[in-house]
Amino acid sequence: MSRTARLLKARWTPWIVLAAALCLPIVGNLVEFPYLVRVGGVVGLFMLLALGLNFTLGYVGLFDLGFIAFYAIGAYATAIAMKAHVPAPLAIMLAVAVTVAARLLVGVTILRLRGDYLAVVTMGFGEIARLTINNLDSLTNGPKGMQVRSWRPLAFVAKDPNVQYYLLIVAAVALSAAASRRLEDSRVGRAWVAIREDEVAARLSGIPVQRYKLLAFTLSAVFAGLAGSLFALWEQFVTPESFVFWESMLVVSIVVLGGMGSISGVLLGALILGGLPPLMQAVLMMQERISTDWINYRYLIFGLILVLVTLFRPQGLLPSARREAELDS
Amino acid sequence: MLIQQLVNGLTLGAIYSLIALGYTLVYGILAMINFAHSEVLMLGSFCALGFAMLMPAAFGSGAARVVGMFAASMLGAGLLNVLIERFAYRPLRHISRLAPLISAIGVSIVLQNAVFLWISDQSVSFPQPISIRQIPIGGGASVSSLQLLILGAALGLMALLHFFVEHTRMGKAMRACADDISTAGLMGINADLIIAITFFVGGALGGAAGVLYGMNYGSIKYSLGFLPGAKAFTAAVLGGIGNIRGAVLGGFILGFLEVLASGYIPNGAEWRDVVAFTVLIVVLLFRPSGILGEKIAEKV
Repeated sequence: MSRTARLLKARWTPWIVLAAALCLPIVGNLVEFPYLVRVGGVVGLFMLLALGLNFTLGYVGLFDLGFIAFYAIGAYATAIAMKAHVPAPLAIMLAVAVTVAARLLVGVTILRLRGDYLAVVTMGFGEIARLTINNLDSLTNGPKGMQVRSWRPLAFVAKDPNVQYYLLIVAAVALSAAASRRLEDSRVGRAWVAIREDEVAARLSGIPVQRYKLLAFTLSAVFAGLAGSLFALWEQFVTPESFVFWESMLVVSIVVLGGMGSISGVLLGALILGGLPPLMQAVLMMQERISTDWINYRYLIFGLILVLVTLFRPQGLLPSARREAELDS
Repeated sequence: MLIQQLVNGLTLGAIYSLIALGYTLVYGILAMINFAHSEVLMLGSFCALGFAMLMPAAFGSGAARVVGMFAASMLGAGLLNVLIERFAYRPLRHISRLAPLISAIGVSIVLQNAVFLWISDQSVSFPQPISIRQIPIGGGASVSSLQLLILGAALGLMALLHFFVEHTRMGKAMRACADDISTAGLMGINADLIIAITFFVGGALGGAAGVLYGMNYGSIKYSLGFLPGAKAFTAAVLGGIGNIRGAVLGGFILGFLEVLASGYIPNGAEWRDVVAFTVLIVVLLFRPSGILGEKIAEKV
């Protein structure tokens, strides 16, 4: 076992990472860079999404290219519930329930498909969801977007709403990561990995493949719905623009580059790919001399990094032990 | 009304078919989705624009200029596709199925932003090399000379592709690779070369589609590739991915569907893409390998 692997396996590593994450607002204040907390929140939302997609793409190996649609459903369900004067905590629960129900419905119809066909259909579904939100003006206010009533949780901890939501998101990520970890080692988690490795063999070993696929598919929606809900409440504004196909692909890239089926890998992937563009923008904006020109280059640089990292570490930054063993052989 | 819609659907379908062929050719050999194909298409149309702007006098107007624009875009897009394969896909070919997908996304982002930064961040108007006339075809419908050009060019290229794949040595090698790439290698076929040629042909068809797209809509933009790319890809899957005839069929079906949806459904223009994707999903649910796709036995 390499040194990094041993470090990651250590009992106290997650607690230290969590403590470091909780210190971020203080650090942001110290270096007089309050924007850091916002970047942290965005990264946290990507972590939630990536942990969710890790269930389908990572553990079971289902090509799911329309995950952002469920993020959108969570966000819009929250916005609509808040408009109907539902209390915010209830709205979050409602949004998660709606997202899970939608995902279940989609899963029941399409999970028979395999491989690239599943990829196309999930992609198609992602576009259908976005276009429907865009066109259903009476419910979603169409491309103009929806305002969301303000909700300020954790007001007793911090005055800045960004810090409040940051802390809420950190808590959600910590809980989600812990839940993923428990599931990974359970009977269910082992069944998922068995399906990924060899579906036919898994079926022959008595694993009800379709049911376990559907379970992973549906569970992943909890994370997407929660992330979407927090996003809507934090931003107080949702528009179809936030849920384009590229966002789906970004989450897929996070999971693949971080290391499919590896929780620490997925979190690291979200930190790098989710944090890089906003951080580059922020840092470049502070250096006023090079300002505008360089800001435009950030996506170009991002794309190059994506290609280069894939070429040099196709197994992901922190692959799960099992996949590493396969790719080494 | 209906006849007019069908004419428009045919034109749109011809463009989709050409793009779908690029996806299906690559998929047939490598079983990978070339996600950067939509950017190849976009850059093809910019190559044609560059040619038209650099050589205003050399060819004057008319046929020579049209041919020149096609040549420029097909050559440019074909070479670009070959380069992408060489540097972004080939190193990953035997490693995993998802890695090339991610590097394709990276390539897409790079190409889009390169055009955005260095060429134009706005729509630029696309030269119209022929004068447009409406030719009545009865029933109150008419077909424009531009539509005829689009259809003629697309069908001509498809015929050329058919000849190339079915009746040349190179095409035979390509089919052999699509059947079984490692056996083809053992039979003395240079598989790397065939893959490169496949990417060139697919890219060139995409470039031609880019020119037709530019002529049809009159302007091009750095982000134009995504939507037709995504839809043509679904068309390829609809017909049965990896199957050349399927890609053409799927492209035309998609073209008709879209035109009919925007003509006959209330607010149809807004909903036509929803209709297209819904039909795709429904077809795949009942025919999981597409309309013309063969059912492949599961390998154990």
